[in-house]
Amino acid sequence: MASIVKRKPTSEAVEISPQPSTGARLRLLVGKVGLDGHDRGAKIIARALRDAGFEVIYTGLHQTPEMVVATALQEDVDAVSLSILSGAHNTLFPRVIELLKKAGVPVPVFGGGIIPEEDIAHLRKAGVRAVFTPGTSTQEVIEWVRTHIRPRGESTAPRAARRASPRVSSRRPAAKRRKSARR
Amino acid sequence: MKQDGTGTGVLTRRRTRREWEEEVLNPALKKSPERMREFTTLSGVPVERLATPENLEGWDPEEKLSLPGEYPFTRGPHPTMYRGRLWTMRQFSGFGTARDTNRRYRYLLDHGQTGLSVAFDMPTLMGLDSDDPRSEGEVGREGVAIDTLADMETLFHEIPLSSVSTSMTINAPAAVLLAMYLAVARKQGVPWPEVRGTIQNDILKEYIAQKEWIYPPRPSLRIIVDMIAFCTQQVPLWNTVSISGYHIREAGSTAAQELAFTLADGIGYVQACVEAGQNVDAFAPRLSFFFNAHSDFFEEIAKFRAARRIWARVMRDRFHAKDPRSWMLRTHAQTAGCSLTAQQPHNNIVRVALQGLSAVLGGTQSLHTNSMDETLGLPTEQAVTIALRTQQILAEESGVASTIDPLGGSYFVESLTDTLEKEALSLIAAIDKMGGIVASIEQGFPQREIAEASFRYQQQLEREEKIMVGVNRYREGGEVRIEVLKIPASVEPTQIRHLKQVRKRRDSVAHRRALDELLRCAEEGENLMPAMVRAVEAYASVGEICATLKAPFGEYREEKTYF
Repeated sequence: MASIVKRKPTSEAVEISPQPSTGARLRLLVGKVGLDGHDRGAKIIARALRDAGFEVIYTGLHQTPEMVVATALQEDVDAVSLSILSGAHNTLFPRVIELLKKAGVPVPVFGGGIIPEEDIAHLRKAGVRAVFTPGTSTQEVIEWVRTHIRPRGESTAPRAARRASPRVSSRRPAAKRRKSARR
Repeated sequence: MKQDGTGTGVLTRRRTRREWEEEVLNPALKKSPERMREFTTLSGVPVERLATPENLEGWDPEEKLSLPGEYPFTRGPHPTMYRGRLWTMRQFSGFGTARDTNRRYRYLLDHGQTGLSVAFDMPTLMGLDSDDPRSEGEVGREGVAIDTLADMETLFHEIPLSSVSTSMTINAPAAVLLAMYLAVARKQGVPWPEVRGTIQNDILKEYIAQKEWIYPPRPSLRIIVDMIAFCTQQVPLWNTVSISGYHIREAGSTAAQELAFTLADGIGYVQACVEAGQNVDAFAPRLSFFFNAHSDFFEEIAKFRAARRIWARVMRDRFHAKDPRSWMLRTHAQTAGCSLTAQQPHNNIVRVALQGLSAVLGGTQSLHTNSMDETLGLPTEQAVTIALRTQQILAEESGVASTIDPLGGSYFVESLTDTLEKEALSLIAAIDKMGGIVASIEQGFPQREIAEASFRYQQQLEREEKIMVGVNRYREGGEVRIEVLKIPASVEPTQIRHLKQVRKRRDSVAHRRALDELLRCAEEGENLMPAMVRAVEAYASVGEICATLKAPFGEYREEKTYF
């Protein structure tokens, strides 16, 4: 099957209990790194996360790790997810994590794609928080995000002050966005 | 059977359909309702309980079917179909360096294969050299890495191009790879009129679905028009464009969308060549198609049949082609990669067999059957062999190749063929109204339609309205481990070293001059191909050539991303 969807939770990550609602919506970056054009899964995930009430910034295709990290910083996201179907996951995931660290914004990184079982351990060791493989439902990803991702720096500047991204084609108007409470 | 009303059970006449519904069906439904309230195909086309002659009222077999090899070719493009020659079994392969792939090709040729099908790696597909920073981690991973003519010489080392036909799956930099192939032929002393093969070269579907582009649509189309004109003159046996629905379907389209967008792409190429002054009958017979063979058995069969009928009418009535070979849609098919599951991977063998059967009953000219391990990585040799054996079982054991279009005349298949034709024609009409396929791509129409359809299908899966065995039903705990092909990490540095050696060895003056000449042809609107051949013969790399052409042509960026 296409795209998203994962076999089983591969995350033995530190369990973070769901955060109390602060009124801030999680901002998630969906990045499509690598040279391939397989964006079916990334788009389905982006839309499912948006429909679940998160703010989603989708980078579009053919992004380098540097481009993804630049967008993550500019958009002040709470987590970065990557979709990789080109086989270059062992290079690209660690690179994004390293660049985020270097930039002083080590937000959680998770992702999915065609990733062989034996590579998952390596990716987890490199700091990838969860790897979703073909067969996962969008609901599982949404649940995982709700459980494991919390707003970054709750006390920092109000979200409304954040810059809007010109790349986002289907985000709801800002006013509406602020009103809707995080679940 | 209707009883005579006396209750004696004596049969007098057959029930009409209405009588059957009232007297037989409705009581049966009351007793036990059907499994679902509504039955639809995989693409959401409503499926009736029963097709009867009433479905085909006013349906004229002369007009809709005709005979095999006769306009509009619904029953097949050739008069004998598989009784004369079986479809071509063409498995797509390529990995690592040119040397690795050359070894695999020679093995395949030694074992009786007559055609090759080259898979290129991602950097090559995007027109980048192996040492480009964007290529890191991707060299040789999903196909073979080709940087310069030196790699192409290695790829076809000791393979006489006079006796094989080669299919090359490449699009944005297709002109460069064709030029390299022709340069290898020249070095081997094979005259170009004897060179046989196919290049995918279908850039329009890249913007719609596969998303491996370099230049914007209009200059890209100009390169293709140049290639077609050049091949018509100098490489007459070459199939110039393989107009592809495969990737459109893999991106999540419905069957009707696959049909419509693919044929609209075809119309786009023909229109562009005609506008450039080419004679339609000179180039149209060398256009071929490539469709997906997905999981809904009858829908797929209907799709192949409808495709031939629509194309024949388009070519005859819209473009006024006179040569029947211009009307005839010939197609390759590949089973649906996106239908395969990582869960219980052995089930994929069965899926592939059914999909392959639908392509054969649909009348395909060649077929690639996917390997069961495709969702996990490149196929292993064992998985490829099973996939090939699947085709051989269809061809030699099942009996389906003994008669032509065995489902022709089926009330259900004929009405489904009509439905798909109608849906596709209405999408093509919408595209025409927007100003043609390029304008519709620029407006994001096909992209949006596909994103919508793919999201709808995902929701249907999650609601279990559509079933994938092992994924949303009949799940099993635990993993079935199957072997996966590993590409050694040494491929990338090896390839980069080769490229650096070629750069050092080549005549830098000739190289510079060839690229300048190519740029001049691009700017002055001359046919690019002769200069392209000279550039590759000067060992200019794929990346250098594509970068040179970016200056006049620009680079494509997807303006909006629809999700």
